[in-house]
Amino acid sequence: MAYYLPSLKLQFRYLMFVSFWNKLSINQKLAITAWLFLAVPIAFYVIIRFYPTFEAFYVSTLKWNLLGAKKYIGLRNYEKIFADEDFWLVLLNTFKYAGVGVPISLFLAFSIAYFLNEINRWHDFIRALYFIPFLTTAVAMAWVWKWFYQPMPIGYINYFLTSVGIPAQPFLKSVHQGLYAIMAPAVWAGLGFQVIIFIAGIRAIPRSYYEAAEIDGAGRWQILREITLPSLKPTVIFLTVVSTIGFLRIFDQVYSMTTNGSGGPLNTTKPLVLMIYEFAFDEFKLGRAAALTVILFVILLVISMFQLWLMRKKP
Amino acid sequence: MIDQASRIAYLEKIQPGKIIIWTLLFLGGVVMITPLAFMISTSFKTGTEVFNLGIIPENPTLKNYIFILNESKFLRWMLNSLWVATFSTVSVVFFDSLVGYTLAKFTFRGQTIVFVAILSTLMIPTEMLIIPWYMMSREFGWIDTYWGIAFPGLMTGFGTFLMRQFFMGLPDELIEAARIDGWSEFAIWSKIAMPLVVPALSALAIFHFLGNWTAFIWPLIVTNDPDLYTIPVGLASFNGEFETDWEIVMTASCLATLPTLLVFLLLQKFIIRGVMLAGLKG
Repeated sequence: MAYYLPSLKLQFRYLMFVSFWNKLSINQKLAITAWLFLAVPIAFYVIIRFYPTFEAFYVSTLKWNLLGAKKYIGLRNYEKIFADEDFWLVLLNTFKYAGVGVPISLFLAFSIAYFLNEINRWHDFIRALYFIPFLTTAVAMAWVWKWFYQPMPIGYINYFLTSVGIPAQPFLKSVHQGLYAIMAPAVWAGLGFQVIIFIAGIRAIPRSYYEAAEIDGAGRWQILREITLPSLKPTVIFLTVVSTIGFLRIFDQVYSMTTNGSGGPLNTTKPLVLMIYEFAFDEFKLGRAAALTVILFVILLVISMFQLWLMRKKP
Repeated sequence: MIDQASRIAYLEKIQPGKIIIWTLLFLGGVVMITPLAFMISTSFKTGTEVFNLGIIPENPTLKNYIFILNESKFLRWMLNSLWVATFSTVSVVFFDSLVGYTLAKFTFRGQTIVFVAILSTLMIPTEMLIIPWYMMSREFGWIDTYWGIAFPGLMTGFGTFLMRQFFMGLPDELIEAARIDGWSEFAIWSKIAMPLVVPALSALAIFHFLGNWTAFIWPLIVTNDPDLYTIPVGLASFNGEFETDWEIVMTASCLATLPTLLVFLLLQKFIIRGVMLAGLKG
């Protein structure tokens, strides 16, 4: 067994370190430990989060196809985007996903949570039925819904519609229905999460509020309007913001449900993120794509700021 | 519990239509899982039987599963997803809680700046970072590697924030007592603080794992080689190939979905509590 004997230089350095360390106060030692714990994470956040954020702004000022030379063109990318008719259509689509999807899912989720909170029999089981879709993979479920939307011999929904006397619908193939047909599975999958959060919110309301209302002889509707809903304001704000951001970033469903992931027919279902993906990774216009991501960032930032502002106004 | 029960009892008194509500909720729940039920049923049907819209397959067969596992790289994709999600989850559980603990239980100059900086990353949408990440991956040869798929999610601002909230709830006396006993700071964190926040840690782990298992856009961009696809990317590659073989596609969707459903059935209470926890603290 050979012992490793450090060189004199190393031994000296070690002693220097020990004497330095022993001279420190306990608070200084703790501060050094803290920075030691944070060293790797700080490197990660700087390299993987902050630097790329600034790089995205920088790339948005370039004309660049990934292989050729980078050419600085200032704000030309933004000018081109705003002059592009397709961009405005895509922006409108994106806001349609959020503007229609969020109210529908919040209304459904609240109604389900409100009544689910009152039933005892099979409570956990029924809650699980609503929650399970939240655990699915969007791409897998896109296939299932795409199959449901098929025309007559295969599609369940059209089979159901025709059997109750409603004509078969084109769904994904229609410029009017496509967007809503893609929104449906997104609402479906997100509902369970919102239901659970609403139930948690409803249960956090102090019981004394209800007792006071009962003594005052308030009816069910009045209790809902004057106690339950106002008390749920933070929950509603939280869910509105989270699901708005979710719908504004919709991508998986659209990419998987439209033909070749094109956001068709005629771009009527294409959201912003799909447009970013196409510019960056199909056409290799990285500058233009980066400028679009900056626009998305600004939109989401405004929404987050709005949330903070709403929360602050709460007494 | 008593609170809840008596509130329910009170509401039951003024709710004569309770049976109707129960029935509607139940039917709604059944509608919610209908897509999954048909997906599972169709995965056991033969190609010609797909046109028969009944929920019970007439001649149940495992042929589709055998076909998928033999003719596509599905098994490989499942292992890829499993490996990437596990690696990423271990990293998040370790680093997010270490950083959360440091920010909650140490006092040092620059603490607030670090916390605000990490929190501010929550405002940056992934989509904005994807192009720089892709440039970085090309530069360093991370395209078509596990590391390339996993690196963006190795630490999260959300997890750090969540863990900080929970560690702040721990009494300082506990940590000081351990310090006096001569424990190292790392041991105090890993052996004393960590066991006390297991519920929060497991909620974080479950959600991070699920998020990775279903993640789509980044794995789609960073992988070109079908051997490196994760499940969602592999499933999307069926677009075109098996376009009209619905029983095959449903079988693949089943294989992608069933692992998470099984985990849910096993840990149901735990997961639901985790959602509430994350939702309320976050």
